[in-house]
Amino acid sequence: MNSLPVLLICLATLVGISACSKQKKDGFYQTGIMYCSESNPVNFNPQLDTSATTSDATSHQIYDRLLDFDPDSGTIVPSLATSWSVSDDGLTYTFQLRREVAFHTTDYFTPQRTFNADDVIFSINRWRLPQHPYHQVSGGRYPYFESLGLAENIREVNRINGYRIEILLTQRDSSFLANLATDFSVILSQEYADKLMEDGAPQRLDHYPIGTGPFQFESYRKDHYIRYRAHHNYWGQTEFAERLIYDITPKSSLRLAKLITGECDAIAFPAQTELDIIRNREELELAEKPGLNVGFWAFNTQRPPFDNPNVRRALAYAIDKNTLLEAVYFDSATRARNLLPAASWAYQNDAEDTAYNPVMARKLLKEAGVEAGFTMTIWAMPIERAYNPNAAKMAELIQGYLADVGVNVTIVTYDWTTFRRHLREGLHDSVLIGWSADNGDPDNFFRPLLSCGAIPSGTNRAMWCNKKYDALINEALQTEDLFQRKAIYEQVNSLLFKELPIVPIAHAFRYQAFRKELKGMQINPYGGVRFGGVTKQL
Amino acid sequence: MIRILSRYIILFVLTLLVLAAMSFSLAYLFPGDVLTNLTGITAQNDIQRNALIKQFRLDSGYLVQFGYYLNELFAGNWGYSFISGLPLRDEIGLALPATIELASYAMLLAIVIGIPVGCYAGLRSYTPADYGINSASMVGYSFPVFWLALLFILVFSLELNIVPLSGRISLLFDIPDKTGFILLDILLADNIDRSLAFKDALQHLLLPTLAISTITTASMIRLTRRSVIDVLNRPYIAAARSRGLSRWQIFFRHILRNALLPILPLMAIQITTLITNAMIVETLFSWPGIGNWLIQAIYQRDYPALRVGMLAVASMVITLTILIDLFNRLIDPSREKYERATV
Repeated sequence: MNSLPVLLICLATLVGISACSKQKKDGFYQTGIMYCSESNPVNFNPQLDTSATTSDATSHQIYDRLLDFDPDSGTIVPSLATSWSVSDDGLTYTFQLRREVAFHTTDYFTPQRTFNADDVIFSINRWRLPQHPYHQVSGGRYPYFESLGLAENIREVNRINGYRIEILLTQRDSSFLANLATDFSVILSQEYADKLMEDGAPQRLDHYPIGTGPFQFESYRKDHYIRYRAHHNYWGQTEFAERLIYDITPKSSLRLAKLITGECDAIAFPAQTELDIIRNREELELAEKPGLNVGFWAFNTQRPPFDNPNVRRALAYAIDKNTLLEAVYFDSATRARNLLPAASWAYQNDAEDTAYNPVMARKLLKEAGVEAGFTMTIWAMPIERAYNPNAAKMAELIQGYLADVGVNVTIVTYDWTTFRRHLREGLHDSVLIGWSADNGDPDNFFRPLLSCGAIPSGTNRAMWCNKKYDALINEALQTEDLFQRKAIYEQVNSLLFKELPIVPIAHAFRYQAFRKELKGMQINPYGGVRFGGVTKQL
Repeated sequence: MIRILSRYIILFVLTLLVLAAMSFSLAYLFPGDVLTNLTGITAQNDIQRNALIKQFRLDSGYLVQFGYYLNELFAGNWGYSFISGLPLRDEIGLALPATIELASYAMLLAIVIGIPVGCYAGLRSYTPADYGINSASMVGYSFPVFWLALLFILVFSLELNIVPLSGRISLLFDIPDKTGFILLDILLADNIDRSLAFKDALQHLLLPTLAISTITTASMIRLTRRSVIDVLNRPYIAAARSRGLSRWQIFFRHILRNALLPILPLMAIQITTLITNAMIVETLFSWPGIGNWLIQAIYQRDYPALRVGMLAVASMVITLTILIDLFNRLIDPSREKYERATV
């Protein structure tokens, strides 16, 4: 402060303003929810992009899906489809659609009709059929559906009547319903798409979205905000706020600061080191749930000596997972026994796990003919993810453990794009990386991570191909009976424990930090954040 | 007068030309493709690439290219941002007013506080009150602006929680950008509770304005004080006293007018400091102004944005400086050169 008068004026203003900010508790501020998100969405159609930022901003706000996951139990519940049936051979799915579901009315589109079978057929055919007029609009890549080969497996999508559709599959796939319930299987408006095509601006479909969800898009300014307004004709019974605003704040410390001052009501991705600050403040709440992810150490099983299961086992015995959990995850993760986290219905709580046993490790290495002084590489992924917030540190710790059993480690890292390209080429001995699942179905872990088919697409980091494993996970998709599937996955687990192509390390928690005023906020373990059902009470 | 005016205009045009030439050469100096740096468009295929090369005259000599570049600048085609893909003119059109707004409120505050306090200190020179003001202003002048801003955030936002720490207004208010000045836009907006929005915007303005204006206020106080003391020692003040004018008459008729005249050009120099400070403070308060925008452009290696942003900021500062200089000449034609005052 410069001088006494300045100081006095400042104080007077501040007192005045603090009086104002007490009034802030009134009406207007209660009508809207401010969510501080971490980044810009790529577009407003999650069919086109698998990044969490895009699906957070769109899937559960603007759109609905045919089916949804219950956030607590993970079971599949009706959404735009009120009921469904599966034929005995598991190849025909019939969906009864909800009536009187209104699409958004915005200043760029006024719907003339409510939701019906045509919208479902349009939404699915867009990513399924390469010759569809909308397929090539916005790039023609639909990464989620491509990675699961879903388009090839759907033979036909038929309209039975206005509110009933039928989907025919080529092969039985008991994770099919789960795939329809993911964030990416949103339902678009065919009427809107037709109108845009007529107007000659089809790409607007993915940037000025129209859906049936609880919030409708209002405006977006890159690096600044996304505005949504309540969709008053929403079909669901839930309460929701009049306005929803995404305040795009890339810095996590600034998000936290804004949460503390009340400029944000909820924030995306609090940093691991900031969790205690949130826990210690009365006005803030930190919800946590085990997430559907797994961080692991994968061996390149196509390179000797890692093609020998006993070498892999020896290395697994050489590390102490609990120390890794404490040092790298700051206790924000649980120890992983196998690929599936506890949030999955197929989780096996008596699965076998490797224990820290350097003596055993040395013995196994010696038997396998790996001499002391053997050198291997550990690739540490260069970016932070919940399932591995600091791969470089973890690599250093493992380097220390392996030195104890006579193995020298070189740590390798590249920028993320190059890193993944070299991994796909199989240039690594072993890699620290992980996986976040897109839906609650266990197949979403087993198939992309370790099946033979996943080696060329680059998600099988162990380059491991085992006929018995593939047969088992395919067999699991041939039945709808969850107990039967679970029994098969238990066999898969014990096979993996025997072979150890990867050493599972941790399942990270998911966190959601928000202010106490938000009622009804909860973590959705099966995808993006949801603001339907959330209200603000100051 | 006309001679002076034309001299200023020539100076102005030449400076802008040099700036434009520098910004043009940046397209060559930045790493990467010249065409992309110049247009902000990454050509998808050879046909598009050749068309762009032709359009921007990249196949001709540098002078022709520069001529076309100038032409485009005047036409308002400033190229596109790498990152957002939006026309740079629109982006700058949104960001620059925000900075100007912040800087003008800070200037206003500095004048409203600085001049009276400086006069008071000058009139009471070498008394304890003067020493107090003098040392306080010295302290204020010595604060690094970014540190002061952080201190304000820490105390008033995070600890006391009475003012928000980022942005211009709560995003709950949907204020259409008409003028780019938030307070004006609120007045022009409909469908909102104006008084509530006004209150909200003022709360957002408070800390950044205070942080920026502190240094300017401090130097304003010191300049005014110095000038008042100088005027007080002039013989015409003694003459006025001897004519029996009251203290207020002497102050308003003789001291104030004569004291303010020499400090006007020094205010012009303050404006550039003010804008620089505003650009620094913006990034701390996430104020959506040009400083924040340039920082983002630097982080993301957005070369077209940097090129045009530099040009826009430099042109603004030069225009302001020359205008104020001209203004000084107009109100005091007798002056030949600046009087360099002591701060």
